[in-house]
This record gives sequence, structure tokens and C-alpha cells, in this order.
Amino acid sequence: MQQPLLEVNHLTTWFDTREGKARVVDGNSFRIHRGETFALLGESGCGKSMTALSIMRLLPGQAQGNISGQVLLDGEDLLQLPEAAMRRVRGNRIAMIFQEPMTSLNPVLTVGEQIAEVLRRHRGLSGAALQRRLEELLAQVGIPAPRQRLGEYPHQLSGGMKQRVMIAIALAGEPDLLIADEPTTALDVTIQAQVLGLLKELQSQTGMAVLMITHDLGVVSEMVDRVAVMYAGQIVEQAGRADFFAQPQHPYSQKLFEALPDMDKRDRLLSVIPGSVPPLTQTFQGCRFAPRCHRAWELCHQREPQWLPAGEGRSVRCHLYDRRVPHPQQTGEAPQPLDLAHATTGEVLLEVRDLKVHFPIRKGLLKRVRGHVYAVDGVDLSLRHGQTLALVGESGCGKTTLGKSILQLLRPTAGEVCFQGEDLTRLRGEALRRRRRDFQIIFQDPFSSMNPRMMVGDIIAEGMQAQGIGGDREQRLARVDELLQQVGLKPEHKFKYPHEFSGGQRQRICIARTLAVNPKLIVCDEPTSALDVSVQAQILNLLRRLQQALRLSYLFITHDISVVSYLADDVAVMYLGRVVEQGPVGAILGEARHPYTRALLAAVPRVHADVPRQMVKLEGDPPSPMDPPAGCHFHPRCPQASAICRECYPEQRQVASGHWVRCHLYS
Amino acid sequence: MLHYLLSRLFAASLVLLGVVCLVFFLIHLVPGDPVDMMLGEAARPADREALRQALGLDQPLLAQLGQYLAGLLRLDLGHSLHDQRAIADILAERIPATVELALAALLVALLIAVPLGILAAVRKGSLWDHLAMGFSLAGVSIPNFWMGPLLILVFSLWLGWFPVSGREGPASVVLPALTLGSAMAAILARMIRSTLLEVLHEDYVRTARAKGLSEFQVVVRHALRNALLPVITLLGLQLGTLLGGAVITETIFSWPGVGLLTIDAIHSRDYPVVQACVLLISVSYVVVNVLTDLVYAWADPRIRLGEGD
Repeated sequence: MQQPLLEVNHLTTWFDTREGKARVVDGNSFRIHRGETFALLGESGCGKSMTALSIMRLLPGQAQGNISGQVLLDGEDLLQLPEAAMRRVRGNRIAMIFQEPMTSLNPVLTVGEQIAEVLRRHRGLSGAALQRRLEELLAQVGIPAPRQRLGEYPHQLSGGMKQRVMIAIALAGEPDLLIADEPTTALDVTIQAQVLGLLKELQSQTGMAVLMITHDLGVVSEMVDRVAVMYAGQIVEQAGRADFFAQPQHPYSQKLFEALPDMDKRDRLLSVIPGSVPPLTQTFQGCRFAPRCHRAWELCHQREPQWLPAGEGRSVRCHLYDRRVPHPQQTGEAPQPLDLAHATTGEVLLEVRDLKVHFPIRKGLLKRVRGHVYAVDGVDLSLRHGQTLALVGESGCGKTTLGKSILQLLRPTAGEVCFQGEDLTRLRGEALRRRRRDFQIIFQDPFSSMNPRMMVGDIIAEGMQAQGIGGDREQRLARVDELLQQVGLKPEHKFKYPHEFSGGQRQRICIARTLAVNPKLIVCDEPTSALDVSVQAQILNLLRRLQQALRLSYLFITHDISVVSYLADDVAVMYLGRVVEQGPVGAILGEARHPYTRALLAAVPRVHADVPRQMVKLEGDPPSPMDPPAGCHFHPRCPQASAICRECYPEQRQVASGHWVRCHLYS
Repeated sequence: MLHYLLSRLFAASLVLLGVVCLVFFLIHLVPGDPVDMMLGEAARPADREALRQALGLDQPLLAQLGQYLAGLLRLDLGHSLHDQRAIADILAERIPATVELALAALLVALLIAVPLGILAAVRKGSLWDHLAMGFSLAGVSIPNFWMGPLLILVFSLWLGWFPVSGREGPASVVLPALTLGSAMAAILARMIRSTLLEVLHEDYVRTARAKGLSEFQVVVRHALRNALLPVITLLGLQLGTLLGGAVITETIFSWPGVGLLTIDAIHSRDYPVVQACVLLISVSYVVVNVLTDLVYAWADPRIRLGEGD
């Protein structure tokens, strides 16, 4: 067999902390061959980024020397190279792109300059040759009008364009290996599809290998040849893509699949991994996943499992696959069913009519209004009692603004928000404040939405106090205990502060806080998008259980189609301030009519795809809501646009029972 | 950019108008009558009245303000009560000295602070860092009225390298500039260190390292330019103070600048001069602030090329 391009042997990286040595990467070995795409898959904190930074020797200051093992690039150990020689490897033989294109480019240097540095450093180019190569590179990564773009600064580019520039910087050195650290996590799904497509194309042109670092099974399934699953600093399973997706072997890998929300799992609770990732400062005796593993037995807690071959080119670190040890008889876990016949009365709780939120843009010395941001521009919605309406769209489409204006946290410019027949936009002052107990909100980032100086119990009780409900102090405290238990926490947690909890626990506290005033409607604004998939499953389960028990209605704002498919009853798709299509979840996900909805759905990476399919790419970026295109807002990007789309905005048409679409194709 | 410049200038002129009016009224609130000051309290009423009319003091306050403003537009700041010279002429003599000292002090400050700040940030926690921050602490803590005499003692009296006081020849600016500059350098070095430390953790610095650039290139090209952006504001504020006249330092070194003029005018109760000096201080603050904003905008493409506001 040919020599691998990159061979990593027993790579260990540690940080010295107050609690002791934290081994963030613990004895990992893997190989990447030329032209291959290899994924490191895992949840946050598992050490996948640290593995990449260790290979590049770019660890943050204090840990720079704390690497042991071997990193062989074509047989040469990078860890033994002097720093000057290592600098000739970085950006030249191994290039890297990062998660946040917004912050990964230097704001005060032009795009051209930032790419040129690499060409000068590693390719010795200058003058006209340099200029020519720069334009070539930008064209290669699909940036239109390259000559003009070279003189621009990062803030003048969209997120997707910035990531393309990052890729151009990486390509400039003509690397043998590209390390892509969550390259599309910060991007919208249609832009993600563009960038992933571009990476694939470039890889086939240049023959470079790619080390893809990701938490997203969908991305792995679309992009890679082989995958390694990491848990708590260790690789626990390695396999080819097809084998892995056909049958993941390590219990942790299996759980990752089971925790993914999905249309097929609607009738049951998602499978969760109990507990949390262990601190890496301890010395592990047994398998580090054992405390959370539903199939663990004594041996797992006592002895660390060794690598076991599990078929052609795959191996797993788990006692279950060791034929030499006796296994206890085990029965599979039965999924907990959900009673889907939850009582929806069918009565409309919330009705939004022609809602508009326009933000004035003030400019100049006298702050005169020079234009408007049409954040929400004429939206109709309705939500029935006990149901979930998902509001789907990409960043900047106005979905959060819509949510806030429904709750009157932002006063709408025009339109009505009828809540149980009462128009909230007409309520003022005390009347509105009293009404607020009926509708609450959960935010994306639970930490920043809680006052860090307040104890959890006070945070939860504050709403009751403000509304003057829940009886006296004693009774409120009892209610706080009850709420904490209801969201899966303990009564004694009420005396702690928000920073003492994990992300998932904090979101539970936020949910308890909203529940305290017995609301009828909860607006959930991306409540799980900052969470890992296993934690997301816990929160989604909790939300569904609560909905069932308390007959809550949710307006669920999200960009994540899999979450929508798992818990929405109805879906409304937003594009640039307007709802372009809405209807029952089955109709929208199964028979989408609007070209935007279709493109959005097609852009979502599929997890179970047997063969990587051709991703449907939507060209370009969404236009600015300050200056929306005339006619149908989507027409500049729509593959099916015709003359009329450029002129007038389509009326809402019903295409099936309860399924509405705004598109000239159906008029 | 031009639009930005014009709107800044317009705003600045409004501020100046406000300052002029405020200073004018404040001076009139001060107890004491300029006529007494000029003629003495024993003067005859007729003489007093004549002078009052000559100075326009018999007119309503608003009319006086109008005259004063009209005078300002002609650069007529009035006359010194002390020796009857036109204040504009007096200032014209003093301003070059103050500007020279301010610029020299700024140069000293930058020459000390930039390398020191970089060294402290790049070698954070090392001996260099501690030395640099120790110097900085000393620079901030030592007052000018102690630093000045100390420098005179060592470099003028003992070593005889520089003149003790006055403004004669290039050598004479060294000690006052060192006195002013070292205090400024101390604050600047601290600020450069902390902004640079922050910037060194930015993602784009990691990107620069991932390109295989040398540490020098990473720090100077990528980190320093970003780290200096907030420093520009601080620098502007300090320069504004210096241009208004460094009262203490100019007094110690008998440096014939605006600061010394102000002090002398206050001692001799020469109100029109005091008024003009206060005005000058305000003007230099406003002008330097506008310049600072412009430099900032020029240095940060996000402002220069932003949507503009």
C-alpha cells in the first residue's frame, strides 16, 4: 500500500490547568491518503479542533510545547521540525480554513493582500504574475468580478464570499492537505451547499486531501471517504463512509444517529445520552464513555478497550466487539412513545395579519430617514391551540424580528396580532404587561438571556412576582421546585447561578422561567442551535413532553429542517421579510411548491444518503432587506423566474388544503 | 469620505460656537470689573464711564457677545489689559512654541511606547513584560513637577547636556519633551500592550500564522495595525491636552508657550487673555478630535468604506 500523506501516531496534546493536566487529545492515530477526505466527527469539546491545531502546531500560547506522538507528513515528523521549517509547511503543504469566516480575515487588509501574502511567501510570485494568479484564484473559488474584489476589504463581502476568500488563501499555497475546521457551521444552509460543492470541485481539480472537522453527520455523509468519531479526546471508531452510515458500531456513534431529529421519529421521544462529557483532567480507568453508555457492563468501567478490527478498513474501541470477553445478555432500549393524539381543540390561538416591521435608516447630521429595512413585510400566520408552527428561513430573513414583534417586544409598523381574539398591537402599558403572562419567549443563547448575578430560583420566580401570581413567597418557592423538576433539574439548583450549569441545563432553566407564568404560547427562537446534537435531543424531548402535558402552543423559529420535521405541525417559510410558503409539515417538506423552499430543502445535507447526491445549489447571496428586489423578492436567484416575477409580487394561492404559496408558477 | 469630513467639520463648528458663548458668559460671571482693574478703584466716575463706553461694556450682554463673535471672525481677540497688545499677536508668538513641544513630546511618547507595548504583549509574563509595565507604572505615577526638576538636575546641572530652561535652539526642547512624553508613553504602552494582547487572540491572527508567515510579520502586519486603532483615540485626546498648553511643564522649563501665558494671565488678572487662552484650548481639543476621527476613519476601512453615517 502506498505511503499515506499524513500519518498521525499516538498524538497527545495537553493543557496544564489548575485541576491538573487536561488531555484534550489523548493518544490518537489515523492516516490520510492523497486525495482522500477524512472526517473527524464529534461534539463540542471532544478535541477535534485541537487535533487539527496540533498537526499545524498552532496551539494557543501556553500549550505550544505540550504535544507528544508523531505527525508524519510524507514520512517527515512535523513535531520534530524547527519552527522556521514548520512555517514552510504551514500555508504551503498544509493549509487550513476556519469556522468563522467573519473573524478569520484581517479587517484592515484588502482581500487581494491577504491572498498575496501566501503567494509571495510560498510561491515567490510578484508583480504581474502575482496579480494574474490572484485573479485566477478568486475566479477558481467562484467569486464574480475578481479584479474588483481584490481591492475590497472583508467587511464588504457576505459570509459565504468571505469563506470563499479563506479557501482562496488556502489554495494559494497549492497544499497537499487542506484542514477544514467546521468550514460551513457559521453559514446558512444554501450557502453551506455552495461552499461544500466548491470544496469538492476544487479537490477533484487539485487532488488535495481534506481533513474535515465537523459535528454534522450530514456534512460527513455528503463529503467524506472515511470518518473517525471522537469522544472526550479519543477516537472511538474509524470506518469508511458507507460502512459507517450503514451501521455505526460504537454505542456513542449509534447514539449520535438516534439523537438526530427526523420525520420518522415524530411519534416517539428522541434517544438521548444521559449525563455529560467527563472532565479530561482525570485518569480514565475504563472506557470513557462507559458512565453514559446504555450497553456498558463491569468490564467497561474497569478496563480501557483496545482497538478491535471490525471489518475491512474499520475498527472500533469497544468491548462489545471483543470476542475474547464474555458479554452479558442485553436487550435493546425501547424508544419511549409519545401520545400524538394530544388534544388540539383546533381553535385558533394566534392570528397574525399583514404584519409589518420596518426599521428606519437614519443618516446624516440631522438623522433624517433615508430609507427602511423591510425586516418583516406583510406576514400572515395562524397558530392553533396546542400546536407547533415552525418559522423557517435563513439568517436575515426577518424570522426573529417577526417573533419579537408578535410578542410586542418590538412594536410592529402595521398589521394585527390577534391573540385569542384580542389585537395585541392595540394594547399599551399595564394592559399589555398583564397580558404578557400568556406569551413567553426562549432565546437561542440561554446564558446571555439570564442575569448572571441572579440565582436560578430568583430568575424563575421573577416572572411570577412581576405578574403578581403564584401566591406568597413560600408558595412561589414551592412552584420553583416543581418547575425545576418539570424541566429535569433538581430543587436544590435554585440556589445556584447560571454560570454553574452546562448549555443544555441553562436552556432548561430558561424553559422553566417561561413556564412559571403558565403561558399559552411560547416563542422558541432557535432554542437548540447553540447545542450539541445529543443535548438538542434532550431539549426537544422536553419541549414535546411539556407541550403534551400543558397544551402549549409553540412558534418555533429555526433554520434547522431536521428539527422542523421532528416537531412542527405547520411550517411557514420566510424569505426576505415575507412568508413565501406555508402549510402542514408533511406538505411543505414532502411536496414543496415554492422554488425557494425546494432549494432550501435540497441544500440540507442528508444523513442516510447511500451515494452522495448532486447537491442543488442556489446561486448568489440573499439580497439586502434594505433594498429588496422588485416583484418577487426571490426572482434574482430563482431558476424558474419569468418576466412577471420581476414586476409584481405574487398573490397568496392555495395549492392544497391549508397549503399556501406565493409564487407566479401557481397562479 | 468627503461627506464624512464635511459633516464632522459642521458638527465641530457648532461645538466651537457653543464653547465661545459659554466662555464669554463665564468670564462675565467672574466677580470684578475690568474697569477697576485698568483704572484702579480710585478713578473718577467720568473716566470710568468713558472707558466703559470705549470698551463697549455699557451695551447689553448679547450685543457684547455679538461684537465679540464678529471680532472672532476677523481673528480679533481683543487686547491685553496688561500691556494693551492685540491678543492675536501674543498668541501668534506663543503657539509655535507649544506646538513644537507637543509634537516633540508625542514623538518621544511613540518612540518609547510602541516598542515597549509590543515587547510586553508578545513576551507576556516574561521579565520584559514586567520591566515594561514597571516603567509604565512609574511613568504614570511620577508627576511632571517632580520629573521635570529631576531631569534638570541630572541632565542640565550634573551632566550639562541640555539647557536648564527657555527655548533656545533644538537642544532646549529635549528635557520638556521627555518630561511630557514619558508620562504619555506610560499610558500608551499600557494601552498598546492590552489591545495587542486582545488582538493576538483574534481568529485572523491564527489565520496569518496558518499561512506560514513569520512571527514578525504576524505581529506587525496583522496584529499591530488592528491594535493601534483604539490607541489613535487616546493619542488624539492626549495631543489635544498638550496643544492647549502644558501648564506645569512650561512653567518648570520657562517654555514660552500658551501654558505659561495662561498662568501669567491668571496671575495678573488679564481676563481677555485668559478668555482667549481658554478658547484656544477648546479649539485645539475640537480640531484634534476631528483630526483623530479622520485618521481613525482612514486607518479603519470598515469606517472609511462603510455605509457611512
